[in-house]
Amino acid sequence: MKDAFTNRKYLIITFIVLVGLALIIRLFFIQVIEETYRLSADNNVLRYVTQYPARGLIYDRNAKLIVSNQAAYDLMVVPAQTGKMDTALFCKELDITMNFFKERLRAAKNYNRKSPSIFLKQMSAETYAKFQEKIFMYPGFYVQPRTLRKYSRPVAAHLLGYISEVDEALIKKDPYYKMGDYIGKLGIEEAYEKELRGTRGVKIFMVDVFSRVKGSYADGAMDTLAVQGSDIISGIDYDLQEYGEKLMQNKTGSIVAIEPETGEILALVSAPNYDPSLLVGRIRSENFANLQADTALKPLFNRAFMASYPPGSTFKPVNGLIALQEKVIVPSTEFGCSNGYHVGSLTVACHSHSSPLNLKEAIANSCNSYFCQAYRRILENPRYGSVAEAYDKWKSYLDEFGFGKKLGTEFSNELNGILKSSAYFDSYHKKGGWKALTVISMAIGQGELGTTPLQMANMTAAIANRGYYYIPHIVRSIGNDKKIDPKFREKHVISIDSPNFEAVIQGMEAVVNGGPGGTARSVAMSDIIICGKTGTAENPFGEDHSVFIAFAPRDNPKIAIAAYVENAGFGATYAAPVASLMIEKYLKNEIAANRKWLEDRVFNLNLIDSIPELETEH
Amino acid sequence: MMIMGWFNIYAAVYNEEHTKIIDLSQRYGKQFIWILATLVLATFVVIVDSRFYVFFAYFIYAGLMILLALVLVLGKEINGARSWFEFGNISLQPSEFAKFGTALALAGYLNNKRQELRKFNIFLPAAGIMLLPALLTALQPDMGSTIVFFAFFIVLYREGMSPFIFISGILMVILFFLTLLVDNFYLEAGLVAAATLLSWFTVKNLKAWLAGLGILIIIGGTLFTLDHYVFKTMGYELILLITIVLAGIIYAYYIYSRKALAFLVIYLFLLGTVLYVNTVDFAFNHVLKPHQKERVEIMLGFKSDPHGKGYNVNQSIISIGSGGFSGKGYLQGTQTKFKFVPAQSTDFIFCTVGEEWGFLGSLTVIGLYVFLLLRLIRLAERQRSMFSRVYGYGVVSILFTHFFINIGMSIGLVPVIGIPLPFFSYGGSSLWGFTILLFIFLRLDASRSEYLV
Repeated sequence: MKDAFTNRKYLIITFIVLVGLALIIRLFFIQVIEETYRLSADNNVLRYVTQYPARGLIYDRNAKLIVSNQAAYDLMVVPAQTGKMDTALFCKELDITMNFFKERLRAAKNYNRKSPSIFLKQMSAETYAKFQEKIFMYPGFYVQPRTLRKYSRPVAAHLLGYISEVDEALIKKDPYYKMGDYIGKLGIEEAYEKELRGTRGVKIFMVDVFSRVKGSYADGAMDTLAVQGSDIISGIDYDLQEYGEKLMQNKTGSIVAIEPETGEILALVSAPNYDPSLLVGRIRSENFANLQADTALKPLFNRAFMASYPPGSTFKPVNGLIALQEKVIVPSTEFGCSNGYHVGSLTVACHSHSSPLNLKEAIANSCNSYFCQAYRRILENPRYGSVAEAYDKWKSYLDEFGFGKKLGTEFSNELNGILKSSAYFDSYHKKGGWKALTVISMAIGQGELGTTPLQMANMTAAIANRGYYYIPHIVRSIGNDKKIDPKFREKHVISIDSPNFEAVIQGMEAVVNGGPGGTARSVAMSDIIICGKTGTAENPFGEDHSVFIAFAPRDNPKIAIAAYVENAGFGATYAAPVASLMIEKYLKNEIAANRKWLEDRVFNLNLIDSIPELETEH
Repeated sequence: MMIMGWFNIYAAVYNEEHTKIIDLSQRYGKQFIWILATLVLATFVVIVDSRFYVFFAYFIYAGLMILLALVLVLGKEINGARSWFEFGNISLQPSEFAKFGTALALAGYLNNKRQELRKFNIFLPAAGIMLLPALLTALQPDMGSTIVFFAFFIVLYREGMSPFIFISGILMVILFFLTLLVDNFYLEAGLVAAATLLSWFTVKNLKAWLAGLGILIIIGGTLFTLDHYVFKTMGYELILLITIVLAGIIYAYYIYSRKALAFLVIYLFLLGTVLYVNTVDFAFNHVLKPHQKERVEIMLGFKSDPHGKGYNVNQSIISIGSGGFSGKGYLQGTQTKFKFVPAQSTDFIFCTVGEEWGFLGSLTVIGLYVFLLLRLIRLAERQRSMFSRVYGYGVVSILFTHFFINIGMSIGLVPVIGIPLPFFSYGGSSLWGFTILLFIFLRLDASRSEYLV
């Protein structure tokens, strides 16, 4: 039916069509052109849950488990997803205070509202079990399973290092790590972090508006599996390590034992030490602070390769070797000693012994005079134009032994030690202004020399091998492909002929087994020939440090060792018993009855008053 | 009648599908019962003689108005609005039924009052029929329904209402939003400039026009100077208002002497809009409830608060936007499935379409609505009785408003006003309401050859 206003329908139709078009255009923009909504939608729905791989395990050379994992549960929170909940009940169940709750939530908000932060670290398995049932009541919270380290015995802390949470500086430096991740610090944990940590996986879940998991995204097609960290088989002898730490109880010092044939570290003891489980879990930070606060004993300080001592008489075999190689002496060369070495006003004192002595006897008796005269011959060797030139030649041998620089073990914090070049003395004294006598104290391992116990153990291994060594290292094989850094398989040959080593080794044998005059004859064993050398590292702050280097058996040696007992006097008194007991333990697995007295003497020595008791988590 | 069958399937299929995702155990079941009941209801509506509707139009309207009034007293308050009667498990929303009631009453009133809507005494009762339910729903408060009742102006326009009312209505809406967007002074200054320009076309006398402009500038300048040095408290807006009023007194002489009616209209229009702008400003800041104010502000982009009041719209746009061109597939919508969009089975039902069926789905739905509306207009136009035609346009107006506002708000074009999308949204009242609305018209159409009152 038409009327006067029929045409108005066209305006109405136009209007409806225009509105329809407006809606379609807008829809075209938000659905087809704009991409960001898809991302926003994914952000709404997808929850990326990191799958933390179990950290690799660490075994000793005999496949004894040293470090394993234990389960722990971190409570995570995504602040943007939190909602109404019974806060009081929540706090009660987790045994936390309301203030703690508010504080943690604020911290999480400040970090990032939309991504997860750790709300509560390392809940116990019981708390976790109870809490998990009710987690749906607390939107925005979820539990992230983690693994913590577990140590089979309370030993080898310095060797193993520890695990700590990454800090912000590190996250900036290495984007692999995210807030709340753990990373190995020091020792094996740090050196083999990449191998031990494994590969993180991610599981993508879909969650609803209440953060309830509704299933896996795309049926798990986008998920990646966590790959467990590689297990590490170390060259450590766990029993020997434990025994070494027992010997060093109530003392300060260190023991480094190396298998000469391979360069594998058998034991690395630094005393005082701590139970590695002190640095596991929630108690870690408090205990760490306590250990760090102990400035008197410095239990965190790894003396084995971070302390530099004057090598003292343990250096004499090397000087003997160089003198032989430089042909300034032969094994039968004799030097006299009148209670010391006297030139003009200079006197290097020596103890009473028969005189003159040949090389073997001089080593056995640790004659200062002999080595001063031998050293003078090295430096005043007419083959070289000057003392400086001869000195640098001497130094080149020491370089080959690995002195004055990091050996290149897995430990990042090895100390260089001290070994000067002639240029140092040229600038200290002025060029040509110094002569052999100026630096004569280095003949007996004093003066401008500093070596770490690790370097001394390595030197001993090189002597045991009659002229070569492998860089000391902890790890024997990693994971399934068993590869380790090829540098540890590289033979470092010292340019000293092996007959010269034999001559020096004869002297070192006599130190222990040479009857009267041998400075360490008290530690001789009936069935194993120990070759050693006593030393006394001068300590300007108190009683000298007792040092002993040794290897055994003489032929086809299985262990080379350097033992340092601080403030214990002569090398023979404590360091030699420690080293010989370690050798016996390693080679024979038990201490012979006739040497129990020696063991007791070491056990009973207390050179420090007390070691602070700290809480451990079990 | 062809549409009828198509519509049944359309409504049924979509309702079932989309409510199923939302809540399998309850809402799907309930909605299914509603749909079955709807079929019975539709049959009933079609069986009844068409003259019944014509005859009882006022009675139905009156009855529903009483219900609307009663709900204000006896109704159950849900989400701050008292718009529901509750009978056990079932809630009924009388406003949904009042819509077809009003359409009937309007049709009854305008029947045979041909071309007389320009007359004030005819127009006023017609406006009253619409404004009564608008007022009652506004009291609940249910802004959505109130707006729907205002949509009957489309019917009045079709039936001969002066387009000025329509144009000024639209102008008022535009000015309303401009008031909130632009500083009042600049808006009013703009209005003065527009009026000045317009007057040039009516005055067409450079001297008189310049004189008028001069008067405006002199009064304004004087007031500004006085305020600047003496009062110091008036502010630009008040100066402008007083200037217009004072200038008007002087213009009055000109108007009177030259009988310049066009100029009078322009002047009065200017005065009216300036006053309106100030009223809106006042109303917005002092009358609107904070949550309503906020919704308007969010829509206009004043406020961005993705997790606060704008959360609904934001999530809604995200879910629709994430659908992309072809959608995520049926039942694959993550946003809607996991309840990120609030009220997604009722007011934000379009999100499901947008997310799961993508742009193609949205296009189809909008296309179907537009097609339906145009088809209804065609049907309305072919009616012989004015009653049927008015009623048909009533149906168009109601469906159009629901369609536009519901989808518009889902994609952030319109402020969030909670009204359902016809035949899609969960809810028995609206489904019944729309079914009755539509089927009465189909019944009327079926008997269009008969003579109706």
